[in-house]
Amino acid sequence: MAILETEELTYTYSEGTPFEKTAVDHVSLSIEEGEMIGVMGHTGSGKSTLIQHFNGLLKPASGRVLLDGRDIWADKEKIRDVRFQVGLVFQYPEYQIFEETVYKDIAFGPKNMGLDEAEIKRRVLETAHDIGISEELLERSPFELSGGQKRRVAIAGVMAMEPKVLILDEPTAGLDPAGRDKILQHIKNYHRRTKNTILIVSHSMEDIASFADRILVMSKAKLFCFDETVKVFSRAEEIEGIGLDVPQITRVFGVLKRRGLDFGKEVYTVGYAKELLLKALKEKGGLLNC
Amino acid sequence: MLRDITIGQFFPGNSIIHRLDPRFKIVITLLFIVMLFSGGTLLCLGIGAVYTFTAIFLSRIPLKMFLKSIKPLLPFLIITAMLNLFLVSSGELLWQWKFLKITDEGLNISIFMIIRIVLLIMGSSLLTYTTSPITLTDAIERLLSPLRKLKFPVHELAMMMSIALRFIPTLIEETDKIISAQKARGAEIDTGSFINRARNLVSILVPLFISAFRRADELATAMECRCYNGGSGRTRLRQLKSAPRDYAALAVTILFLAAVIAAGKLLR
Amino acid sequence: MENIIEIENLHFSYASEDEKEAAPEVLKGIDLTIKSGEFVAVLGHNGSGKSTLAKHMNAILLPTSGKVTVDGIDTADEERIFELRQSAGMVFQNPDNQIVSSIVEEDVAFALENLGVPYEEMRRRVDEALKDVGMYEYRMHSPSQLSGGQKQRVAIAGIIAMCPKCIILDEPTAMLDPKGRKEVMATIKRMNREHGITIVLITHYMDEAAQCGRIVVMDKGRTVLDDVPEKVFSQVEKLKSIGLDVPQVTELVWELRKAGYDVPAEIITENDCVEAILKLFE
Repeated sequence: MAILETEELTYTYSEGTPFEKTAVDHVSLSIEEGEMIGVMGHTGSGKSTLIQHFNGLLKPASGRVLLDGRDIWADKEKIRDVRFQVGLVFQYPEYQIFEETVYKDIAFGPKNMGLDEAEIKRRVLETAHDIGISEELLERSPFELSGGQKRRVAIAGVMAMEPKVLILDEPTAGLDPAGRDKILQHIKNYHRRTKNTILIVSHSMEDIASFADRILVMSKAKLFCFDETVKVFSRAEEIEGIGLDVPQITRVFGVLKRRGLDFGKEVYTVGYAKELLLKALKEKGGLLNC
Repeated sequence: MLRDITIGQFFPGNSIIHRLDPRFKIVITLLFIVMLFSGGTLLCLGIGAVYTFTAIFLSRIPLKMFLKSIKPLLPFLIITAMLNLFLVSSGELLWQWKFLKITDEGLNISIFMIIRIVLLIMGSSLLTYTTSPITLTDAIERLLSPLRKLKFPVHELAMMMSIALRFIPTLIEETDKIISAQKARGAEIDTGSFINRARNLVSILVPLFISAFRRADELATAMECRCYNGGSGRTRLRQLKSAPRDYAALAVTILFLAAVIAAGKLLR
Repeated sequence: MENIIEIENLHFSYASEDEKEAAPEVLKGIDLTIKSGEFVAVLGHNGSGKSTLAKHMNAILLPTSGKVTVDGIDTADEERIFELRQSAGMVFQNPDNQIVSSIVEEDVAFALENLGVPYEEMRRRVDEALKDVGMYEYRMHSPSQLSGGQKQRVAIAGIIAMCPKCIILDEPTAMLDPKGRKEVMATIKRMNREHGITIVLITHYMDEAAQCGRIVVMDKGRTVLDDVPEKVFSQVEKLKSIGLDVPQVTELVWELRKAGYDVPAEIITENDCVEAILKLFE
């Protein structure tokens, strides 16, 4: 079932001034419950504006946003409830931390929802566990933590609202490879437990390739494509054409194909590339190993 | 939202007013203020108005922008006019209702007041509209530089002002971002009860202060790495050179000032 | 070639508030020399000590013990600190927090103003620096109108206006989008190639390190590898064990070698990888 849909969503910045700019242009899409989606597009493609419509931070100039089949702007008074159902984690979320303890900061969202203490506690403990924040850290000041830990606390703060849809804007920006892998792994853990829908914005095709069921690509305010990961990577050249990077390994297999070595499959992870190559080499028989 | 606020609004352009030396512009603006308050007759204000509108015309900035600059001060203007209107009791009585009285003198004074303040706002807006804040800071630094002999920290003050100007857009953008992030966590910022809003303000101010301190710290290191060592021995890329037109503008202003004073004295 | 940076047995720990308890060492005995004109990447995960090392090259931090010499100047020599900072400029991670002025060209001039360079020469050097980084058309813009990559190029221009022999860049691309990262990498490569400026690039992006002439890998306050990129990346297991990535092509070739196929280990470019695979299927 579709959990989040947009119908001809359009948004214009500074309407009626010389600086007018359409950031999202007639975008219609539908996201299914439980999906893990990668969102791509370079800076200024409209992807950030688009995701801020999903939880009602921005109001469409025209078109509609539907959550569970209902227009989120049908009742203006209820928009705050929409924000609890569609959680949005901004870029560099560690800069929004403000409470004295890690526990309190994670509890800020659930508290705003008006939950009782017991429920808040359950949620804080569960999300802290999902995101790899150990219990002894909960009573510490968040400002004593390392950069990667702070980021995870901030993400937990949104996760603890248990939104039906969780959107993360570049959750790995600026992290080193180990920190990046850790965060992605924790998000996957959370997904496994809650089965909630997750959207992750990322510039790294390598990262997206590692988790996404489907990929949403924005370009010049329009929806460039929204399709299964394999199918999106089969359009590697078009994707590069709009200024996005495809994984190095995809490019290598593109060249191999042009040079007459066609494996008939889209390759976007090293693991799969290795599998394909080893199988083909075995079939060829000219093994040098034992 | 916050992004719509423009502090020290500046309209880039290439008119003669834009090209005037900012130091002269500041001095001229001060003379202009003196001009507005030196004469008490309608003719004096008329001369002031001619001066203001000619300058606005020369700046090629639409008159609309100047009217906009008055708008936020409108309540203040109305209150001042009302006070003058009802509290001045000398002169011929024109209208009375219970204890409220309007006299011809009160009417005169309040009309004068309004015209004066409107011209004052328009004229000083012209200074900020045609001079970038950073140029203005620079000009102030140079005008005040004689005070350095009195150990007044002119350079430090100017540096602080120009860094503040540099970081205003950055901090506004950051505030916007933090507000959105806290709203996404259900904080009531532009809705909800007053107490809730006040409480949620903390969730915005704390991150904003932390970030501002971090920025200040990093900026200080970056400045040191670029050999910053206070104001002594510094040279400047921006050269302020006065041209004949600056002296001409100053002369015209002094002429107008003299005319206003003369009109006030002679035609009473 | 002469050495521009010489680091001898550098130890560093942040001064501990508690006198009795010794603060943990961040740098544990670094020996490193960088020759004039080199393009060196210092690669390491967060907390490996790479940024702390960079800060020693510009006298932002001073050694607890050991010695750092830059262009013949001991960084501990306070008398010559401006001289040192002129010959080794520093670019930081956050593009916003190192731009001082509201006008691009005035920011580029900032260091020259501080040094008291006469107007005519300052004008010439500022214009040249702006042209060098491709930001001349933006000289009258406000930094807030620029993209992250453009801001970082302005910061680089502000450094090269000082005519330094060496530029140290502390994770200059960590906060940029892919386009900005490419712009910055292209700019620093050109500075190295065309002006012979020594570049020390602190990064955790292996694809950037792969474009350098030499990679120094840091882990836990020590240098663990120091070689040309091909040799460094061929140590796939070692790099992975300290939380770093290798290029995908290197990883693939390593997997093939593990499976017993005869492919060269030192592959870091897509072309070499394609050729090696084609050869296997000949």
